[in-house]
Amino acid sequence: MVNIQDLYKKFGKNEVLSGVNLDIGEGGIFAVLGPNGSGKTTLIKCLLGMVIPNKGTISVLGSNIKNGSAYRRKIDYLPQIANFPSNLKVKELITMLKDLRGKTMVDKDLINLFKLEPFLDKKLGNLSGGTKQKVNIVLAFMFDSPLIILDEPTSGLDPISLIRLKTLIETEKAKGKTILITSHIMSFVEEVSDEIVFLLEGKIYFKGSINELKTKTNQPDFEHAIASILTENHA
Amino acid sequence: MLKILKYSFYDLMRSRWSYVYFAFYLLLGVVLLFLNNDLSKAVITLMNVIIVLVPLIGTIFGVMYYYNSKEFTELLLAQPLKRSSIFLGQYLGVAISLSMSLVLGLGLPFVFYGLFKSSAIWDFSLLLITGTFLTFIFTALAFNIALSNENRIKGFGYAILLWLFLAIIYDGIFLMSLILFEDYPLDKLSLFGTMLNPIDLSRTLILLKLDISALLGYTGAVFKQFFGTSFGLVVSFVALLLWILLPVSRMIFKSKRKDF
Repeated sequence: MVNIQDLYKKFGKNEVLSGVNLDIGEGGIFAVLGPNGSGKTTLIKCLLGMVIPNKGTISVLGSNIKNGSAYRRKIDYLPQIANFPSNLKVKELITMLKDLRGKTMVDKDLINLFKLEPFLDKKLGNLSGGTKQKVNIVLAFMFDSPLIILDEPTSGLDPISLIRLKTLIETEKAKGKTILITSHIMSFVEEVSDEIVFLLEGKIYFKGSINELKTKTNQPDFEHAIASILTENHA
Repeated sequence: MLKILKYSFYDLMRSRWSYVYFAFYLLLGVVLLFLNNDLSKAVITLMNVIIVLVPLIGTIFGVMYYYNSKEFTELLLAQPLKRSSIFLGQYLGVAISLSMSLVLGLGLPFVFYGLFKSSAIWDFSLLLITGTFLTFIFTALAFNIALSNENRIKGFGYAILLWLFLAIIYDGIFLMSLILFEDYPLDKLSLFGTMLNPIDLSRTLILLKLDISALLGYTGAVFKQFFGTSFGLVVSFVALLLWILLPVSRMIFKSKRKDF
């Protein structure tokens, strides 16, 4: 599904990614973890072509991402910070994206699922953080693409919406989609993800299932396993 | 690209600023006509205003729009769209809506005053054409500045400096150099110097069309010889076109290499 080879990215003097090699197969939920500033968002933005790597190749569904923008039709992306043009109405934003990317039927169901009907005629600038995030989620899941990238999907969500989001992720997974998630909420990651990719100082430190990580670090639970990696490397 | 253009254009048409700009020109046109009571005199006064104000508004508006629509741009970047079409669409959206405010705002009062029956129609059209060129040029320059500067304050600062330089300081340097080297033949140099600044170029074009080049003295005669011919006119418009094309191509080049 996604193949990343020897990826390097520097911002000024700050080397964020230093030789990432990653192969993500088809189907399943992959969690990209790592401390703050480990390059998770940069990695995702490289995948989307928003950040241009200094070195390395990325291919999505077999096509090199340098060869045009059409591959992004196969990707649904949920950005970390829900920044929208503030003078647009929710409804207009949804219509606009449909106009840009093509027709979809699932938007109604998603709006229903997250109870967004009362907000459709409101301007995006006037929405609360959590509601914005819900709009963000609707936009991200609207196009039924085979690859879904979620950057901190849980931020600002209330418990009910979080449960709805989890069900949504599970149903998408059941359809055979590949889902890439970054999150700092370990319980959420442990619950949904099949495999984790741990980034540390711009490199992949660990890739495998949660159980493998537990054995590797000799820790009984997931949260402590992650913490032990961090203390070992930063102590 | 056309879809982005459409959305940028609608977005701007709904914003208050387009109306303020439109209303300002409407008022300016009406007041000038009322005070001058004569179409061709109003055109001359208008020229002085347009030459300075249109670049300023194009620059400020371009920078402002770029920084304000950052979120929109980031949303678009994750969609299956080419970068060049995203930025070109936004640029054209701004430039076209500004030009429309200018042309409609100034055009309407003049049309109602009886422009079509007057002999000033060509002078007036040239004024609007150069105004449109200046809008496209300075919006493109503004987008370039905004693309190269993440910091908004810096971006605004550079944009204002650029306007100040081309609208005022350049003329000063130009004049100084003419005085300094007055013993040498300067016609070629002054022609060349005028070509390098879009504001000067537009001013010269309009002045010569208005047939008041006698005011410019000897240089005026040289200019008249060059710009007055159809060859000179073509060269000037090519120069103005280059002033649009070069910044736009740098904008596309830069946007393809930028991280968001």
